[in-house]
Amino acid sequence: MKYEEIVHRCFRCGYCKFTSDYYDFNCPSYRKFFFESYAPGGRMWLIRAWLNDEIKNSNHLQEILFSCATCANCVEHCVFTFSDDLVNIFIAAREEMVNKGIIPPPVRDYLKNINISGNPYKEPAEERGKWADGTAIQLYDDQEYLFYIGCVGSYDERAKKIARAVGNILIQAGVSMGILGNRELCDGNEVRTLGEMGLFQYLAEQNTTLFKELGVKKIITLDPHAFNAFNKDYPGLEGEIEIYHYTQILAPLIQSKKIPLKEYKAAITYHDPCYLGRHNEEYEASRTILASIPGVELIEMDQNRENAFCCGGGGGNFFTDILGGGNDSPNRIRVRQALDTGVQIIAVACPQCAKTLDDAVKTEELEDKLEVLDVAEIVSRALA
Amino acid sequence: MRDIRLSLAEIVGEDYVSNREEEAYFYARDPGLMPAHEPDYVIVPKTTEEIQKIVRLANKEKVPIVPMGAGMALTGLVIPIKGGIVIDMKRMNKIVEMNEKARYVIVEGGTSHGALKSYLEKNYPRLRHSIPDSPATATIAANVMIHGQGRLTQQYGFNSDMVSGLEIVLPSGEICKIGSCSISKEWFSKGAPLPDLSGLFLGWFGATGIITKVALKLYPRKKMRDVEIFVTDRDDLVPDIVYELTHTEMAEDIVIFSQPKPLIFKDNHHITIFITGDTDEELEFKRKMIWNALDGFIKSKDGGFMSVPPVMKPTLLEMPQQSVSRFADVKRGGGFEYSGPIILVEKYPECSRKVEELSSKYDLGYSGMARIIGRGHCMMYGFAFTFNRADPDMMDRVRKALHEASDYVLEIGGVFWKATVDEQRLAIERMDPNTRNLMKMIKNKLDPNGIMNPGNWEVN
Repeated sequence: MKYEEIVHRCFRCGYCKFTSDYYDFNCPSYRKFFFESYAPGGRMWLIRAWLNDEIKNSNHLQEILFSCATCANCVEHCVFTFSDDLVNIFIAAREEMVNKGIIPPPVRDYLKNINISGNPYKEPAEERGKWADGTAIQLYDDQEYLFYIGCVGSYDERAKKIARAVGNILIQAGVSMGILGNRELCDGNEVRTLGEMGLFQYLAEQNTTLFKELGVKKIITLDPHAFNAFNKDYPGLEGEIEIYHYTQILAPLIQSKKIPLKEYKAAITYHDPCYLGRHNEEYEASRTILASIPGVELIEMDQNRENAFCCGGGGGNFFTDILGGGNDSPNRIRVRQALDTGVQIIAVACPQCAKTLDDAVKTEELEDKLEVLDVAEIVSRALA
Repeated sequence: MRDIRLSLAEIVGEDYVSNREEEAYFYARDPGLMPAHEPDYVIVPKTTEEIQKIVRLANKEKVPIVPMGAGMALTGLVIPIKGGIVIDMKRMNKIVEMNEKARYVIVEGGTSHGALKSYLEKNYPRLRHSIPDSPATATIAANVMIHGQGRLTQQYGFNSDMVSGLEIVLPSGEICKIGSCSISKEWFSKGAPLPDLSGLFLGWFGATGIITKVALKLYPRKKMRDVEIFVTDRDDLVPDIVYELTHTEMAEDIVIFSQPKPLIFKDNHHITIFITGDTDEELEFKRKMIWNALDGFIKSKDGGFMSVPPVMKPTLLEMPQQSVSRFADVKRGGGFEYSGPIILVEKYPECSRKVEELSSKYDLGYSGMARIIGRGHCMMYGFAFTFNRADPDMMDRVRKALHEASDYVLEIGGVFWKATVDEQRLAIERMDPNTRNLMKMIKNKLDPNGIMNPGNWEVN
């Protein structure tokens, strides 16, 4: 297994589970299950035991490994020199399981659907661009930016609204951009985090080839997961194509008043998506946007920025739902943390977070108190 | 006999009990070098009532139970030597009550030192507690149960001396309050002026009951902290230096370390003196008092204050010190263990030479570290060796070195701290027979079925 030479070096001291001030446990799977086996240290020790044939590959071991949301809280807070590799180690262990063909059924189904249908929803590729119907968003044709949506924004009803909101704002701001429509392929970020490296490499190569054929020089992503994949795991794009998350495009436009906004009175807390925040250290763009809207009061949750508590959707859990269910599922915990701030709106900048937290608001029966909105949807409400 | 797993699931819910291979593997071990032994069940309760039910069930079924905090003692105290149920306490992590003016806090039995530190900093910035250098996840209850030490130990004694009340689930399943809280709603004293019953539980490693609540004394938190390091290459002078230092009553904490690397540290003893103050004047006054107290050693050229590099200060001032955990990876192998006896400060030179001797004999990386307890009343001396978890031979050499250190400690009048099962046996053998009999009476009376962390303090 990759990183095998590191696995024995975990002391299981537990710093990885915390926020930086030790305020609370911040590992989503540990917070849900509360067995040490679900914490990063537990995973390290169990991976080693598995590699040494001290334990076997069981359904439970699979659940332990695939419940990791790859949120990188452990990377942020582990005190050892190998901390940067923690999530990579967990992904490598998943890869080992995938290669052996013994994985949880929802993971198998997800990977199968991507392989066969090109998306996790088993929807036809011809419908991938339908989310843009009725908008003025054009297909990509040498515009300055390619607006890349991803599977969730293309097919999920909640996420489609966010895609449309971002697209419409970009058009209104005069940003030259186009979409791939039905030609768009899965970015593969979750394929990689679920350990199917062969399929991920295939998707990365296909996407890279397509972008280059079309002469793409700049990409705006809707989804932080795609942003992460293109930024960090597509070697062919490095130095050739500039990658932006949409908030990074909107923030300067709003700050410079190129997108004029009217007053929108609301108390808002911002939930940092892990693949924008901890994985790519982009904590400010969304906050800049929200702070620029007249009337918005931005109130932080205790666990924010590098200490943000994950919604539980990362690492493929959005699709496999291994972390879902129960009073202590991460999305429900996160919604309660937001409720504690006294705000009416949880702002997100990720379609997966939006959907996951939306579900939690309903489960917690907080619909009359809390609304989950993407930053772009909030901006839409404030457009002059 | 009913299915025990099912009964446990009825108590805490299906999600919080496991008899699966993976939890059994993990909870069979701690980060140290003690042999693994698997539990039959691991359970993660949320309430005292659940713990009562678990204990009653265990008593009825004669199944061992092992309460566990973070499992960071390194000496195998939460390894279920005779199987049974490991009760992971960390889901019981609430701060129950705070009395700012009386300077105490009541926390649940699984609350971590890290969480309390953060809570106080956010809500009561003028108060603090004695933070140990074990990782932040170490629980307060487990730390006082093993008579842990922390940043305020030089001023106020063992962390267990700072307990001001306990709630215990007895082996019978009954709840018992210890201290003022037994007759009052206030938790200001664990004993005086009543008979101090806390000794029936503290130091027993869960063999007589499970702490479900602990009240802890808090102390003034000064606005500023700083650190000075007095260095000497004469180990024989360390006890005298400590005597002078503690006489000033100016230090927050005194920790001594000696280690072979980096080379500038080799053969030196670093007496690390922490000071606090609310103003620059207060800090400077304390600094001056300390410098004056050690002036003789400077004049005789037996030592001096080293200039602490700015990059080193945050590491030293950090609480808890993450660098203590990092010691585990010195050999890029994720392990360290130490024998940490409580011993007179005057034994420092012998201990220091012994750790070097053992390191050389067994070819091990080491650190000698001491923390002064009280005003020099005693100290904890840690014979600490780092090891590579992937190197069984090195692990075996560390075991041998630690074993030798244990024997040596007894020879020179020390008492084991958080003793391994073997060390407990040695201690019991040496113990005054009447003391041993008293322990036996207590244990048999409280835990007639011997279900509480069996293997530990086996006076029978």
